[in-house]
Amino acid sequence: MARLSLDHVTKSFANFDAVKDVSIDVADGEFLAVLGPSGCGKTTLLRLVAGFEKVTSGAIRIGSDVVSSSVGSVAPEKRRVGIVFQNYALWPHMTVAENIGYSLKVAKLDKTVARQKVEDALALVNLQGLGQRRPANLSGGQRQRVALARCLVAAPSLVLFDEPLANLDVHLRASMEDEFAAFHKRTGTTIVYITHDQAEAMALADRIAVMDHGRVAQLATPRELYHEPANEMVASFISQGILLPADVLTGEDGGHCKVRALGTELVVRCRPGERPRAGAKICCRSADLDVSPHGPGFDGLVKRVIYQGGAARIEFTPAAGPDLTLHFEQPDPVTLESGAQARLRIRSGWLIPVGTAS
Amino acid sequence: MSTRIRESRGQEMALTAAVTIVIVLLSLLPMLRLIKEIVAPGGTLSTVAIEAGLRSPATWIATWHTLVVGIGGTLLAVLSGTLVAVLVSLTDIRGRSALVLCYVMPLMIAPQVTALAWLQLFGPASPFLKLFGAAPPLGTKNPLYSTSGIILLLGVQYGPLVFLLVRAGLRKLPRELVEAARAGGAGRFTVLVTIVLPLMTPSIMAAAALAFVSCVGNFGIPAFLGIPANYLVLPTLIYQKLAGGGPAVLGETAFLSVLIGVIAMAGILAQELMSRRRDYRISSTSLPAEPYELGRWRPVVQAGMWLLIVLVLFLPLFGLVLTSLVPGYGIALTAKTATLDNYRFVLFEHDAANRAFFNSFWLSIAAAFFAVVVAVPVGYLIAWGRQRWVRLLNLAVELPYALPGVVLAIASLLLFLRPIPLTGIQLYNTVWIILYAYFARFLVLALRPTISGYHQIDRALEEAAQVAGAGLFTRMRTIIFPLVAPAAIAGGLLIFMTALSELTVSALLWSSGSETIGVVMFSFEQGGDSNYAAAMSVITVAVTFVLMLVTNLLAPYLPSGVLPWRD
Repeated sequence: MARLSLDHVTKSFANFDAVKDVSIDVADGEFLAVLGPSGCGKTTLLRLVAGFEKVTSGAIRIGSDVVSSSVGSVAPEKRRVGIVFQNYALWPHMTVAENIGYSLKVAKLDKTVARQKVEDALALVNLQGLGQRRPANLSGGQRQRVALARCLVAAPSLVLFDEPLANLDVHLRASMEDEFAAFHKRTGTTIVYITHDQAEAMALADRIAVMDHGRVAQLATPRELYHEPANEMVASFISQGILLPADVLTGEDGGHCKVRALGTELVVRCRPGERPRAGAKICCRSADLDVSPHGPGFDGLVKRVIYQGGAARIEFTPAAGPDLTLHFEQPDPVTLESGAQARLRIRSGWLIPVGTAS
Repeated sequence: MSTRIRESRGQEMALTAAVTIVIVLLSLLPMLRLIKEIVAPGGTLSTVAIEAGLRSPATWIATWHTLVVGIGGTLLAVLSGTLVAVLVSLTDIRGRSALVLCYVMPLMIAPQVTALAWLQLFGPASPFLKLFGAAPPLGTKNPLYSTSGIILLLGVQYGPLVFLLVRAGLRKLPRELVEAARAGGAGRFTVLVTIVLPLMTPSIMAAAALAFVSCVGNFGIPAFLGIPANYLVLPTLIYQKLAGGGPAVLGETAFLSVLIGVIAMAGILAQELMSRRRDYRISSTSLPAEPYELGRWRPVVQAGMWLLIVLVLFLPLFGLVLTSLVPGYGIALTAKTATLDNYRFVLFEHDAANRAFFNSFWLSIAAAFFAVVVAVPVGYLIAWGRQRWVRLLNLAVELPYALPGVVLAIASLLLFLRPIPLTGIQLYNTVWIILYAYFARFLVLALRPTISGYHQIDRALEEAAQVAGAGLFTRMRTIIFPLVAPAAIAGGLLIFMTALSELTVSALLWSSGSETIGVVMFSFEQGGDSNYAAAMSVITVAVTFVLMLVTNLLAPYLPSGVLPWRD
């Protein structure tokens, strides 16, 4: 088990920066998810930590050792990290047991000890008795478990997951998610988990680093990411947040302030110390919106109604902001129709802090 | 920490250094030595060697002949190879795998064996023609001892080469391009002429260039067919000069071999220029086009194809077998005269033939083994290496095989004429110089399939071993080699088949005691003992056949295209 810290890490390829000035501290035993759209630099980040890529500037420490800096780089085989690859990367010419025991063999461990460790690892991932199979004869979920066992057996100080569920079908994903969570709880290993799937990241991670264009847009707990996004990118990326232009009318008081958005005044949550300003943005979730035919609110046009079983997703354009599209769910009985006029109310929201817009 | 960093790079550096040294020794050194002989004979810059070469009328005649048979053979190969490729790839002809196997077979047979087989078929002593009483009277000139004979056989030998490249191109042709033309109102023939063939220009050009280089550098066919008619091309001129003059004429032959190299390079450059004139890139990928239905023409086309295969493969081999069974020149083959004496003679009685079988077998095994062992690390650096310059190594490895074999043979002679400096080891006039030339020439035959093997392997397999703590050499041994081994070993088997009856290089490098099968076959034929030469040929062809069958067992584990005869 060890701490991982990235200190102002930048990785440049020929003419662009794949990773820009990233600083992350992962505590011993923490489960960190790195989340982002494809091309955001998350895979490069993993390869930097593993040592397959060399940093352009900055430093990476595992435990107390500097493993990557602009001076040099410890080879991947000397870092004692485990990786679970997206496509498992099981060696087809070896049996399951040989795959799992490979790192022990390389380390020239005593054979009987090694055999026992392989058995233990197989038991840990519920694959007892499959040691003599070939990877080709396993199902997708079984292969994933072999990959997990292979990286466990050497007791790595840090385990990296590279989109491990991307190749599995939906049902298998849920059960593997449970297994990963159980595995983390049991072993207490420090984990860095790369994914583009928010639900996966939210379900598993202690903290999530959202990446965008090579930078860390926000590093926070799942709850904080959802409720208090640090900038517009995170606000709109996480759970399809709705961004609305707003003017801040009052200073922060007890974590709230008054703003005017879409012509109506409302109270939203905010960071301490916010002052009145114009041109701000608030983020609200579809759950924060509801229909209020007669109360306070704002009028607009129902653009589309998409029935999704039990509820409908409504796309709505406010009269005060014809370029905006708000979406929310109306449970059955669905009363809105496309083309109809309606009145909505924003119950709550979050004021995006100033200066951290991406 | 810095010591850990240095340690981890060490194995990679050692590997790169070792690979570089091997390639410099095998590829760059002989080529540089050859060029030095031309521009600075005796150590000082001068144009003496070039002038002397240019003054000699024999040079010009042989150059002219080389161009005539080179261009003629290429044209014939391109026409026949493209036609067969179009028929096999685009129509609903039946028995495709068998056709491909049989049509490509001549490529696996040494050129001098092809030459011998055809000579036996049409000569006045032909046991085949005698079966029908149709043989011309003894003393009549064999019609193949001529320019057109050489062109015909070069076309037969290298048509399959063109076929393979054009077929690979046709397979990548997206069906939408054909279907769009059909939808636009074009008939099948119009589509072929206006869409398919124009898009195949790069494949056909590349095939033509390869066929040209092979025709120009071919030694076996002009040696068997041209020397008796005193029709000399550059490779046979070099052979005759060396056979008559020994090391004294090495400078002169060096000039001639560079001349062949230049002609071959000119062919490749011409292809580059032609291909650049228009944009032939195919951007999309999709399923291949639906085959053209031949309808009632199908039996006719199929019969035509099989007739072609009987003519270029079965008949010559049949003639070869008949000749090997005849007790002596000109005797008709009957149940009474048929004998296995020729086989007994070459296998057990003739000393040089005995030595030749022994030498060729171990040389081929050594060359194949060496190439497999070297191709794995070289392929690793070329396919997965990070340094750009390493890819230049690929070009360097291609050179000794891309250039005609005569060029490498002369370069090896120049390199080892004197004992190796510092050690005093003498390779000249020993079997070791042939081994050196085989190493250099055939390495690329194992390297190419190995590289395509690497491209099919997910690099994560190596990275997984790396994070498991395995250093480069451990990964090489336990992960990488097992994964690319089928491709590398298939390459090794190809090398064995090619080297077993190789003639071009060994004809110039052999000495008494280091004869190869090709050399002894050639000297039997030159001495008029065609029956012995035929017996040796039949043995090598049989060995090749068996090896092809063995290699087929590897097929499921190989990238497509590694085994030329597999469809």
